[in-house]
Amino acid sequence: MTKNLRLKTGKAIDETYRISFKFNGSTYYGFKGDTLASALLANDVHLIGRSFKYHRPRGIMTAGSEEPNAIVQLHNDSSRTEPNVRATEIEIYEGLEASSQNCWPSVKFDIGGINNLLSPLLPAGFYYKTFMWPASFWEKYEYFIRRSAGLGKSPTKPDPDIYEHKYIHCDVLIIGAGISGIMAAKIAAKNGLKTLLVEEKPNLGGSTIYQNSDHFKINNQNSGSWLEKEINEIKKLKNLEIKTRTSVAAYHGYNFLLARENLTDHLPINQRKNKTRHKLLKIRANKVITATGSIERPMIFDNNDRPGILLSSAIKRFADYFGVACGEKNILFTNNDSAYETAISLVQKGINIEAIIDNREEVNSKLIYEVEKNNIKIYKGYTITDTSGYKRINKISIMQLSKDGQKVVGSKIILSCDCLGVSGGWTPAVHLFTQSGGKLKFREDDQVFIPNIYPSDQLSIGSCNGDFTLDEILLNTPKSLIEYLNIKNTEYDNLEILSSTNKSKRNIWLLPSDKILGKTKSFVDYQNDATAKDIKLALREGFRSIEHVKRYTTTGMGTDQGKLGNMHALGIISETAGAKMGELGTTTFRPPYTPLTFGTIVGRNVGEYFDIFRKTPIHDWHVIHKAEFENVGQWKRAWYYPKENENMHEAVQRESKAARESAGILDASTLGKIDIQGTDASEFLNRVYTNAWSKLAVGKCRYGLMLNEDGMVYDDGVTTRLGENHYIMTTTTGGAANVMGKLEDYLQTEWPELDVYLTSVTDHFATVSVCGPNSKKIVSEVIPDLDFSDESFPHMSFKNAKIGKINCRVMRISFTGEHSYEINVQANYAKSVWEKCMEAGKDFNITPYGTETMHLLRAEKGFIIVGQDTDATMTPIDLQMDWIVSKKKYDFIGKRSLYRSDTIREDRKQLVGLLTENPNEVLEEGAQIVADINKSPIEMLGHVTSSYYSPNLKKSIALGVVRGGKNMMGQKLIIPMEKKNISVIVADPVFLDKENKRLNA
Amino acid sequence: MFIINCPYCGEREQSEFKAGGEAHIVRPKQPTELSDDEWAEYLFMRKNIKGIQFERWNHAHGCRKWFNMVRDTSNDEIKAVYKMGEKPPVE
Ligand SMILES: [Zn+2]
Repeated sequence: MTKNLRLKTGKAIDETYRISFKFNGSTYYGFKGDTLASALLANDVHLIGRSFKYHRPRGIMTAGSEEPNAIVQLHNDSSRTEPNVRATEIEIYEGLEASSQNCWPSVKFDIGGINNLLSPLLPAGFYYKTFMWPASFWEKYEYFIRRSAGLGKSPTKPDPDIYEHKYIHCDVLIIGAGISGIMAAKIAAKNGLKTLLVEEKPNLGGSTIYQNSDHFKINNQNSGSWLEKEINEIKKLKNLEIKTRTSVAAYHGYNFLLARENLTDHLPINQRKNKTRHKLLKIRANKVITATGSIERPMIFDNNDRPGILLSSAIKRFADYFGVACGEKNILFTNNDSAYETAISLVQKGINIEAIIDNREEVNSKLIYEVEKNNIKIYKGYTITDTSGYKRINKISIMQLSKDGQKVVGSKIILSCDCLGVSGGWTPAVHLFTQSGGKLKFREDDQVFIPNIYPSDQLSIGSCNGDFTLDEILLNTPKSLIEYLNIKNTEYDNLEILSSTNKSKRNIWLLPSDKILGKTKSFVDYQNDATAKDIKLALREGFRSIEHVKRYTTTGMGTDQGKLGNMHALGIISETAGAKMGELGTTTFRPPYTPLTFGTIVGRNVGEYFDIFRKTPIHDWHVIHKAEFENVGQWKRAWYYPKENENMHEAVQRESKAARESAGILDASTLGKIDIQGTDASEFLNRVYTNAWSKLAVGKCRYGLMLNEDGMVYDDGVTTRLGENHYIMTTTTGGAANVMGKLEDYLQTEWPELDVYLTSVTDHFATVSVCGPNSKKIVSEVIPDLDFSDESFPHMSFKNAKIGKINCRVMRISFTGEHSYEINVQANYAKSVWEKCMEAGKDFNITPYGTETMHLLRAEKGFIIVGQDTDATMTPIDLQMDWIVSKKKYDFIGKRSLYRSDTIREDRKQLVGLLTENPNEVLEEGAQIVADINKSPIEMLGHVTSSYYSPNLKKSIALGVVRGGKNMMGQKLIIPMEKKNISVIVADPVFLDKENKRLNA
Repeated sequence: MFIINCPYCGEREQSEFKAGGEAHIVRPKQPTELSDDEWAEYLFMRKNIKGIQFERWNHAHGCRKWFNMVRDTSNDEIKAVYKMGEKPPVE
């Protein structure tokens, strides 16, 4: 039976509402309002987990989001289990199950603990030094490291919860609802500003709300009661929105902030259904007031990491707020006055304090006198030199500090305890301020970094700005708000304040010990097990930059980003290297301030909402006819149409044969379409395409190749001259938006004198493409009024026509090499035109084909696909398309680059055809091409870009890029694959109908 | 994320815009007259300054106009925006 350490009072606790939960398989009870940490402490459970490197037993150290040790795995089920949850933040709920992580087989008996015994062998940089060599061994090391380290487990099933994103715009955002945040909220809202106050904890009021000591008074009430009234008042303010359980994760430039609002994690599981779990708030604020408070510093001494060692302020919070005593034999260790606030609070509640160890010599402080009145022994000028107790602290050793604080003197005193509270003073929580680009300055008096230069419209107030005592906060907060908000006065300008804290502090970053440093384990970063010794070792090995020391020792690189120990790391570096703190600077704090789940980050953008997808107006027909789809950019394109039991290969072979032997039909609506008008339209095309356009007759079509200014192929497509000053350009499906952007760029910036107007009409027109020897018969039936004779309507020409009352543009162009027509209609008529073609083609076995067959058919003809057969390194010359590059035009985009010394090299990669020696062997796209497999290392000449089995040629065909390939016709090359080497012969990339007879068949 | 004051539309979120690299690099009128080195200077060489930089931006998800921006790349402060063809403001 465990002890009950629950006290009679506890501000946040509802004792009428009992909650059961499980930790490491055992059932415990807590109350509504408890965090997992407070509930476990009430049950006398201190041992929570094991440390990362040495697997040392670790317990709860803090009562907030800065917790480095008490991180647990929540396992609701395999889809909701969550690692790295801070026990100090998660509120208990009926059905909560948590377990220790980073220990195996159990927290009490942990095999990895052997690392602790081996620790002399595991110094800073150990992982770097040992496991990085030889490189081939890394996989083996990694297995063991991951198994014994394992920071929790990921869920194995998709996250079933609902997440949302929300934009918020406000005049003032206030981060943190401690006393200064509450005051700021009231002032801002009462001055007519639309104000948002966010607080990471479930309740408002910070640490002041449970302050009921007579030593801290505002207008003659104790500070907690005073603040409670203020909170009740601000809740009524219309201009003010308050969000609790909302943690600001990131503070970006231009006052753009991301916050996570936690809506259901505290509810019993059966009340969470259909509710949004987390909201990611995207906040844009005109003004930001940071009131994020401060984090108490631990102290760096030998074995300062045992379960039962907590921050002094955490012990106070657990007692006052949650009604939990962390121990029965408490000792406090401090270098400043705040531990005495804890002591007074514990004494009030009848909790035993064995002793207080204070680094300072005699200090004139009301709080100390109060404690002394209660006959508590205070060891002034002493320090802790060591602790003992494996799974829970049971003894400490103390010795007197020398005058300079560098040594210990006198004899050792041993004191027993079951809980040790430490206070090394306070560190302003400047994480968000520095994330926003703010610059800090170092205040020598009390050794803290405080905000100095604001990069945007913002203000820091309260203890995150270095105001640690009640009187400083109450005096400075209204003053700075008057200036910042440009107002005359506030209702807080004349408060009557009683504050009893003496501000003196004896700061010693690394406390001395009677042992040599090498024999001590003084932890600086608890989560990553970085010790003072490691930091000194890094400095001895020559590291100087704080960022390098951080990475080498892993200080500050855990999930807590070293919120507790970063300052001590800096302090130790500063003292050892003899550098000034202010000049060293701090390491960079990066978002998120506390970890975010992936669910929160992606919000509703999951599954079919992951990305926008575009459908052609004929999409439904493809669905009904069982097409498989492929993604092309954002488009869903029909890929192939399998008939019963057909696999992809069989379907594509059937579709390809049908298109060449009789008739095929393709939905080509996704091709980009740009309407180009203006008196300079022809001149414009001359400049953007490699070939000449001025002489293209109205009613004719022409294929064009577009380059980048560096001479590399950018896009291609057919452009039709609809009128004297009117063209319609088609682009590749994927390139449409970029081509439009590029053309607009040139028109607006380089050639503003040209009279040209561009309109994207991709979505306005749909394209039905009918090809094959019977295509003419089919389209003649669909458009009976149009003269389809070859004389009147030859290849590469265009006619306006009507299908019933529907206007359409018919182009006789071909991407398959077959006799082929493309009917362009207003998008909403496309499906009916498609169906008319299907009906008219019935007798000709018209076969719908998808993108895969289209790719196969064009590959038989050696037509390139930009982006598949090209990357951004192929010129038209490399593609053996010299014919399309005008020699006469003075200039076009990319022309000058075509005769740079690099682009005229003969040994560039060039596009060639590849035929396998075994005609049934189909190459893998992307496979490497080599000439000599015996050479070491094997020289890579290029790769396969397109590869198919051609049913029309009854053999395998491929395109590829090969270094110097143009001059290799007929030569044998090798495609080395995992299991065999495949021989290929370099061939002409046009495999079928070199004479283009089929176009007029 | 910046707030950018499009000279045509006013203040909008950065997500509506596309950055277009260094400003005031004029495409040579007679590229064929240039040596490889001169052409490479136009094609490849960019300053990428830490500090005050002149940049091209496009209001891609808005009016689609290109314009110029003066931005301090060390702290992302936007000093000025001005239309294409206008003279850059002098500091
Ligand atoms: Zn605009």
